[in-house]
Amino acid sequence: MAVQSRPRQALAIAGVLALALGATACSGDSESGLDPDSAECAPYSAFQGHDGESVSIYASIRDAEADLLRQSWKQFEDCTGIEIDYDGSGEFEAQLQVQVDGGNPPDLAFIPQPGLLARFAQANKLKPMTAEQKTLADTNYPADWLKYATVGGQLYGTPLGANVKSFVWYSPKAFAEKGYQVPTTWQQMIEISDKIVAENKKPWCVGLESGEATGWPATDWIEDLMLRTQPAEVYDQWTTHGIPFNDPRVSEAVDRVGSIIKNPKYVNGGYGDVKSLTTTPFQEGGLPILQGQCAMHRQANFYANYLPEGTKIGPDGDIYAFYFPAIDPAKGKPVLGGGEFTVAFTDGPAVQAVRQYLMTGEYANSRAKLGNWITPNNKLDVSNVTQAVDKLSMEVLLDKSAVFRFDGSDLMPAAVGSGTLWKGMVDWVNGKDTKSTLDFVEGSWPK
Amino acid sequence: MTTTTPPALTGTQDVATPVTRAARVRRRLNNPFATGASILIAVLWTIPTFGLFVSSFRPEDEIKTTGWWTAFSSPQFTLDNYQEVLFGRSASSGQLAGYFINSLVITIPSVLFPLAFAALAAYALAWINFKGRDWIYIAVFALQIVPLQMALVPLLSFFSEGVSLGGIELMPAWNLDDQEKFVQVWFAHTCFALPVAVFLLHNFISQLPKDLMEAARVDGATHPKIFRSIVLPLIVPALAAFGIFQFLWVWNDLLVALIFAGGSSEVAPLTVRLAELAGTRANEWQRLTSGAFISIVVPLIVFLSLQRFFVRGLLAGGVKG
Repeated sequence: MAVQSRPRQALAIAGVLALALGATACSGDSESGLDPDSAECAPYSAFQGHDGESVSIYASIRDAEADLLRQSWKQFEDCTGIEIDYDGSGEFEAQLQVQVDGGNPPDLAFIPQPGLLARFAQANKLKPMTAEQKTLADTNYPADWLKYATVGGQLYGTPLGANVKSFVWYSPKAFAEKGYQVPTTWQQMIEISDKIVAENKKPWCVGLESGEATGWPATDWIEDLMLRTQPAEVYDQWTTHGIPFNDPRVSEAVDRVGSIIKNPKYVNGGYGDVKSLTTTPFQEGGLPILQGQCAMHRQANFYANYLPEGTKIGPDGDIYAFYFPAIDPAKGKPVLGGGEFTVAFTDGPAVQAVRQYLMTGEYANSRAKLGNWITPNNKLDVSNVTQAVDKLSMEVLLDKSAVFRFDGSDLMPAAVGSGTLWKGMVDWVNGKDTKSTLDFVEGSWPK
Repeated sequence: MTTTTPPALTGTQDVATPVTRAARVRRRLNNPFATGASILIAVLWTIPTFGLFVSSFRPEDEIKTTGWWTAFSSPQFTLDNYQEVLFGRSASSGQLAGYFINSLVITIPSVLFPLAFAALAAYALAWINFKGRDWIYIAVFALQIVPLQMALVPLLSFFSEGVSLGGIELMPAWNLDDQEKFVQVWFAHTCFALPVAVFLLHNFISQLPKDLMEAARVDGATHPKIFRSIVLPLIVPALAAFGIFQFLWVWNDLLVALIFAGGSSEVAPLTVRLAELAGTRANEWQRLTSGAFISIVVPLIVFLSLQRFFVRGLLAGGVKG
């Protein structure tokens, strides 16, 4: 189903049904439309000429974030006359597969898993970029990111939003009271932890419970430590199964994670012992920091969304984050993160226009101004990012010495990355040894 | 569901047994202990729903920090959750009112279509003699075991690409957009409901006394006339039973709606909206309490007002429940 003009005819259904349909039909007609030649619309002149066409976008972003997305391209719609039908669903990954198989794909989709993107690309479902779009992508995005949307030498997508996972949340107030410095090396971080243990308190708090995805925060820990104990090349081999999952190098990283999250002296501040990790919802994992019952919580920048309303986030607030330090700073700054990629399943002119618009700096700034969003788009003016942790994330992303790697569990086959790895981590935290856990995950890797 | 032997075919002895057995069971259940036990079970079963109900009136902060039972020691009630979920203006907070109407628009035809088709088919299979009748009945019976998940992708491509055989287009793509997608959902629900509906109604209709049909035919009634004036009034309990069954299934359905209607506000039913209500990061789950109650109001009314048909119809209809 490509781009179509929308027929406005009502369905001929008698009685109540017609009335009910009419009531729902009324909602979508308020196309005020700006004057396409006005000064406001000047930045969109290149995308004009598709008045009245509609483009469908499908993604996993919903609710408040979806509102912000719709708002971010409102002016584009008004100026170009292209109508963007955005649809967000929690069942996105499974639904997208069904829609594509059923011959009914959306025009554009935001895919957060490079593995899924590669699968669609290999099945020839995705439309490659035009030469102009390719040049735009190369100038606006770092190569580290684009390689995750490149399949067989062909670029299929560009990053939209992003998140940075290499953060440790802490309380600036509590740190100031105790006279702790924000650690910049692994060594300092462990020293602070030990000092807190000496005061008979637990320094770390962790929450792994997330319904059927229970265990995913632990996989982020492992990925962060893989990047810190091994060169990034080994990380790439690990996520693509170039080295086996039970390789001694993986095992070293996992044990290093265990030295914190399976250490009964270190966890679980505010919640209990190591056993409480898997029963603590990840949304609540870092909340004890606010009550002074826990000092540090490793979680992505988006954790800000789970903090109670009115919490002051910032270097002098109730809570803030520091970059999860490298073990050997000489080897650079490893950054773990994620994000979603814009891909196209159809290539009508209006679809191409929207696709290209989403790559531009204008779009990135328009979305960033609305808050709660960061992107690897280097045309983004950082002053448009308002929230403190998002600003910090942008600094980390734009840092020249940063070595960015995508969340490994999104790169691995789904059977492992969102299956046995989560399950393995839960068993491991609950007492299973490292070797048999890694053997279990290795055995589950699709041949 | 137990098998009840059709009275018309059994002897006097058999007719007597179920009555006495039922009477004995009834007598046994009618003592204080059994009454107490059933009340206890009913209460236990209702506690989670009741807790949800209480929660739906509590303020967001309270829901997220304390259990619903604390509402009794420190009562704090609000209608904010309902207000937000029903009439919230931003797309993120509810607007369930609109989805509620979508649910009705999807459900009512999806109940009436299979009822109409199945009643006609069941009558034909039971009382019209034509070649291959038994084979058709067996095929319909067998189709019940095909899980609908298997048909999702083929049906979706049937709508979006049409049907072509060896390069010859037998049916063009439907190309439905926006509100027209309701048609897809009705079509899908009707398809998935028909095998069970035909089977259930066939069992019921075939047990009607043969004398009735013969008498009508002698008086010169045609098949349409027999169906309208004799069969339809007699199968009302079965129709009602299947109607409720189908109504509850369609109203609560998420999968079919998600695939054939999609998530846009123009066609998505309540269930699709409910699944997204907790937010991208699942941290707005206080909305689920009130959302859940709004979504069960209609099924509760339907079930409570028609439940006597439900039990009677299913018992009389046959072995499938």
